[in-house]
Amino acid sequence: MTPSRPSPAVGLSLLGFLATLALGLAILFGAPRTLDTFGLVQCTGFAALAMFGLSQGFVWGFAGVMSFGQAAFLGLGGYAYAVSVINLGDSTLPVLIAIVVPMLFAGLLGYFMFYGRISDAYIGVITLTVSVILFQLVNATSGSQYRIGAAELGGFNGIPAIPALNLPGHPDEPLDNDGLWYAAMGALVLAYVLLRAVLASRFGRVVVAIRENETRAQLIGYDPRLYKLLAFMIAAGVAGLAGCLYANWGGFISPTVFGLSMSAQVIIYVLVGGLGTLVGPMLGAVLIQWLIIAAGSQTVVDSNLGLGLVLVGFVLLVPQGLVPVVRGLLLRLIERRTPSRPAPEAGGALATERAR
Amino acid sequence: MDLAGLLAFNVVTGIATLVLITLGLGVIYGMMRIINLAHGEFMMLGAYTAVMASGAGVNIWVAMLVLPPLVVGLIGLVLERTVIRFLYGRMMDTMLATWGVSLGLIGLVTTLYGNVVRGVSTPVGSFDIGRYGASLYSLVIVAAALAALVGMFLLLRLTKFGLILRATMQNPRMAAALGVAPNRIYMATFALGAALAGLAGGVLAPISGVSPAMGAAYIARAFITVLGGGPAIITGTGLASGLFGTINELVSFKTTPVIGDVALLAAAILLIRVLPQGITGRYLRRSL
Amino acid sequence: MSAPITPGAPLRPLIEARGVTMRFGGVAAVAGVDFTLGEVELRCLIGPNGAGKSTFFKILTGQLKPTEGTIRLRDTDITGAEPHAIARLGVGIKTQVPNVFNGLSVHENVFVAAGRRKSLARTRAIVDETLTRLGLTGIARSLVGQLAHGQRQWVEIATVLAQEPELILLDEPAAGMTHDEVHRTAALIREINRTHALIVVEHDMPFIRMIAKTVTVFNQGRILVEDSVDRVLADSRVRDVYLGKQAA
Repeated sequence: MTPSRPSPAVGLSLLGFLATLALGLAILFGAPRTLDTFGLVQCTGFAALAMFGLSQGFVWGFAGVMSFGQAAFLGLGGYAYAVSVINLGDSTLPVLIAIVVPMLFAGLLGYFMFYGRISDAYIGVITLTVSVILFQLVNATSGSQYRIGAAELGGFNGIPAIPALNLPGHPDEPLDNDGLWYAAMGALVLAYVLLRAVLASRFGRVVVAIRENETRAQLIGYDPRLYKLLAFMIAAGVAGLAGCLYANWGGFISPTVFGLSMSAQVIIYVLVGGLGTLVGPMLGAVLIQWLIIAAGSQTVVDSNLGLGLVLVGFVLLVPQGLVPVVRGLLLRLIERRTPSRPAPEAGGALATERAR
Repeated sequence: MDLAGLLAFNVVTGIATLVLITLGLGVIYGMMRIINLAHGEFMMLGAYTAVMASGAGVNIWVAMLVLPPLVVGLIGLVLERTVIRFLYGRMMDTMLATWGVSLGLIGLVTTLYGNVVRGVSTPVGSFDIGRYGASLYSLVIVAAALAALVGMFLLLRLTKFGLILRATMQNPRMAAALGVAPNRIYMATFALGAALAGLAGGVLAPISGVSPAMGAAYIARAFITVLGGGPAIITGTGLASGLFGTINELVSFKTTPVIGDVALLAAAILLIRVLPQGITGRYLRRSL
Repeated sequence: MSAPITPGAPLRPLIEARGVTMRFGGVAAVAGVDFTLGEVELRCLIGPNGAGKSTFFKILTGQLKPTEGTIRLRDTDITGAEPHAIARLGVGIKTQVPNVFNGLSVHENVFVAAGRRKSLARTRAIVDETLTRLGLTGIARSLVGQLAHGQRQWVEIATVLAQEPELILLDEPAAGMTHDEVHRTAALIREINRTHALIVVEHDMPFIRMIAKTVTVFNQGRILVEDSVDRVLADSRVRDVYLGKQAA
């Protein structure tokens, strides 16, 4: 038996992980040294939304769950952080609450969806509907009677003056702009590494296998409902953390985080960056947000028009997204530089035929 | 007694509203298995058509009932030809593309007319139910919903177009073998669904603020009703509207309209846990 | 070995179906089937298209819940259990239309199948052994979706073996294979049968002759006859149903 050689794609995948990690760390430590305060604060916002993209990229691209209302978990995380930090003062526990509350909500919703065996399209519609109704619900909490402890929900005006993160045990010393940057970008790098680890684990392989063929996974003895539910909850936790960072970034949160356009934006991040990758949605988030800001300075055209055109255009013309396209080009380049070696798939199959 | 009368009147109006805002979505889903995420924006375009036309001096009834379905149906036709037809058989991509269309339409209308709320005045007055006053316009909504439902039924049941629609729905290849081009049928169906959404927008324009993002206020209820109703367009829309409309109005009456929508969602999630294919996925499968 | 083998003769049946019926609307795809398979027995199911063989397999594996009847796997009633629960009790199936993870490599397909509740070392050992056994080591890193149909069948058989089931159901394992591949498949089935029970659905009569001892013939949702392979293939009723005539 000849030992099987890994295909270039496998090697490139590891290379891609290391490159992304190196890039992330370089940005993490490089940005405070090169950017002014305004730029750094803007990048903190990008990091929070890139985390949001990561959550959508995981649940949609790897678990194959068409969650079209991921903003529900972003909003729950943001509001959970705001309410609990206003009540508790120290931000350590509120960060955990911002992760756990969306996960529990996703667990409840996911139980009904996955154990009800509803179709993918219905899952898309229900998640979207849930986020719309959460928006309406929070939007209708104007008035001092809607309060949780010391925190007034504030209806469509939202919650202002949310205390920023602090080092554990020092609620009187909130992080400054540099500190928030390190927290947000550090959390993003950590979440990326953790999700890569999850995907490399046996649990992650089963999640991807279920995306590929649910029937076969069942016939092997895995319960797809459980794995989808867990993946859905993990993604909700990541989105919740993104919501916590987002609330920290502006020191403010309003019902628009639950809104349809928030869910649409994160779908666009993933679609533009590349469905089925983790780095794509992060890059997509930065690219799209940067474009929105760049377009925001003009008042002639509403940004929704551009987002809509981007969404339709990518679905029709580049459905696989930018990162896979670039990766495909790289692969072809590598193969052209080593012409002696046949294409991996065809070569493997031929080798077996000869061996017989 | 007066209160019960008013409540019953409100329930009937609520059911009629659900029928109106759902039918166009249900036609496109039932026939083409496409969930049109731009449905709310089609309604918005219908409402804008009514506002613009009545502002230009067109008779209010024509502006509300005739022009919106025509204009939005035409827009639906154009979108089907330029976007949707390339994506048949790719369920997820059609959802994403219609979502893109939805954002694009919001952006376009905001760019053209600004992010402001407009209105049309209600063309009819009010009447009394005992001690309570009720809007006569609710009767217009009920009449429009009934007309749309009955009209769709007659269209499917009695016309050649309806027969072809039903055949294509059952088996596209068979219909193609009989010399019917499924593409033509899908085009017509999408335009019909858009026209129904336009009608809903036109009829509801006087009682809702007309703004670029108004669609979002309706789509949650419309989606829930289509999911709950299942594949049969008319029976499904009718039954689910009846069930959810009653729940929505009763809970709204006891609490607030927002809690009414939450109750609607909770009821729908419980329903699909038991009947994943909706009511007509299990019962009355052969109905229209 | 010419004595007829009576159903239920083994001391302890591995799987036992009683009065299993599956109706779709007004049509009974499976109608009152009684079926018993002993430990380490190999049974072939034959019958014309639409006879109910694949439906029966789907009922055995929990993909369909029977309208009536019961199924026992040893001492456990598995009627209407979830497919994954039945799989965990030791039933593996290669389906008629290959069900594989197209977007994963051959190695990953087998790894996922082997790895349920086992240590990593044990999983790796099973994967290596299975790939070697089926001659898939050379294409272990290839994406399954890019393989030829015959190879995909082998990958599916590999995933079934890797989950280490006690009962293996093979729905048309030789379909679409070359002459050479059919011979290798037959040899593999005989080898598996030394330690495992199998039920094989096939249309290919020469293939049946290569592997079968006992054959059960399905027709119109019922068991027409169950006997040794020689007697069944000589039975005029069996020929009639294959030629499309109605059995008496």
